[in-house]
Amino acid sequence: MDEIKKSKIKKIISWTIAFILALICLVVSFMPFVFMALNSFKEKFEMLVSGVFALPESLNWSNYKEVISGNFFRFFSNSVIVLAISLTLLLFLSACASYPLSRFKFKWANPIYGLIVACMSIPIHITLIPVFKMTQKIGLYDSIWAMIGPYVAFGVPISVFILTSFMKGIPREIEESMEIDGCNKYQMFFKMIIPLSKPGLSTLAIYNGVNMWNEFSFAYTLTQTAENRTLPLAVWEFQGQYSMNIPMIMAVLTLSVLPMIILFIFAQDKLVKGMTAGAVKG
Amino acid sequence: MEQKASLAIQRQRATRKAAAIFLAPVMILLVVYIFYPIIDTFITSTYKWNGISANKTFIGLGNWSTLIHDMNFWIAFKNNMIIMILSIIIQIPLGLAMATFLDFGGKKLNIFKVLWFIPLLMSSVAIGFLFSYALATNGGIFSTISKLFGGGNIDLLGNPKFALYTVIGVICWQFAPFYMVYCMAGYSNISTDVFEASRIDGATRGQYFWNVALPLMIPSLKSAAILSMVGSLKYFDLIYVMTGGGPGTSTELMATYMYKNSFSQFNMGYGSAIAGGMFILISLIALFTMKILNRNAED
Repeated sequence: MDEIKKSKIKKIISWTIAFILALICLVVSFMPFVFMALNSFKEKFEMLVSGVFALPESLNWSNYKEVISGNFFRFFSNSVIVLAISLTLLLFLSACASYPLSRFKFKWANPIYGLIVACMSIPIHITLIPVFKMTQKIGLYDSIWAMIGPYVAFGVPISVFILTSFMKGIPREIEESMEIDGCNKYQMFFKMIIPLSKPGLSTLAIYNGVNMWNEFSFAYTLTQTAENRTLPLAVWEFQGQYSMNIPMIMAVLTLSVLPMIILFIFAQDKLVKGMTAGAVKG
Repeated sequence: MEQKASLAIQRQRATRKAAAIFLAPVMILLVVYIFYPIIDTFITSTYKWNGISANKTFIGLGNWSTLIHDMNFWIAFKNNMIIMILSIIIQIPLGLAMATFLDFGGKKLNIFKVLWFIPLLMSSVAIGFLFSYALATNGGIFSTISKLFGGGNIDLLGNPKFALYTVIGVICWQFAPFYMVYCMAGYSNISTDVFEASRIDGATRGQYFWNVALPLMIPSLKSAAILSMVGSLKYFDLIYVMTGGGPGTSTELMATYMYKNSFSQFNMGYGSAIAGGMFILISLIALFTMKILNRNAED
């Protein structure tokens, strides 16, 4: 009897310690958001006068109004356009490449697959100067179209990696029966492979979508004027405009996180799964 | 017989043709945006060039010999290595601890999972800006707390001694949830039979974790380490926004150093040499680690 009591006490103590540590983690990971949201409602000098964690005197929406009436929607729509086009292209082209790599028998399949997958660890900085030169040469510099090429190219390795292993799991029997019905390889791709790969494609859409939505290096290098820039650079532009008005910048930051938070609320499990797709082996 | 053979060859040809058609767009993209640029970077690295004017001066390996003797580049490399090691040591155990807590606690702790995940939703740029204000000397979070206890302002990002470690703290804040989700996936791969069997055998949860779950998780922890390693060596956005590599060179990284040389000082020849050096170092380290980890796996 004593033994059981002892182990019960031990259990309670260890759970309490774990719980306290977990709460500390929670405060640490959440505090910056409180800082951001709280201060975005304050007046310019209110933050410094009343302290950063004081509640704002009133729910002051004027910062948000000013940000939205500024260039914010331009940044937002640029981001949406770049994302929509790049993501569609990326998913379609990756599916095209993964189909022969996963289901055809030909000599070059393995070397090509290895080459594509090896690109995953290449740092984008080695391509930055040549891509910058190229973009200028073909006249795309400082337009939103400049980002599409690099975004698609750097999304390819991981997408092909995941889609190839996904397509390998599609049963051969379906393919064979369609072959007997007289389908050629191209019909097979559109009628069977793409519909059956939808779960893999949706995971990849989230993974690549989040990456493209947040991408900074190419967007910063390949564009120059505010009206051609994407959302991550909005803060940059607004900071130049309101350099000392910290609450205003906090409002911009809050607005730029909002789409992701909304997505997270509505599709939590899918988003979590998608964002860690790169980590799941095969 | 002959007809059969030629039919097989015909089919093989058709397969090859289809494969070429399906693979061509992706291969063209990779050549244009990855393979050709890598070669071009190495070519550009043999010139002195400001990126704008038409005249480039060929200087052979001049940029490379400058690079080898450039203390700032090696400081940047050292900073990358410190970030890499500390990231692995802090993020992965932290993620594992969070995942273990959630796994043992079950569904009722879901709220922790949701709130812990949120830092991962922000872009590195937004995090960089947020923390450059949240850690500010005047009106930052730490200064506010320290004043509450009667202390003075705390300057974390402006002090060369603390800046790098402060940055690492922010990086861990951002990525710990990623490794949490990653380890949770590891836990869900362990079948419930294993857990039940060890409980029936009388193992406590602590014993289950150390003797059963952890050894089963080692392979996924290894790939988490590789992921964190490659990520740390490529790091750019957050630091460029938050400190710009400063104060001095205390938070300079290879990528920020490359960017500043190329696009702020317009020294594109030398910038290309830095990018090339970075590429070589990252490839070597990645190959070396994978070899070691794979050898251990074979034992």
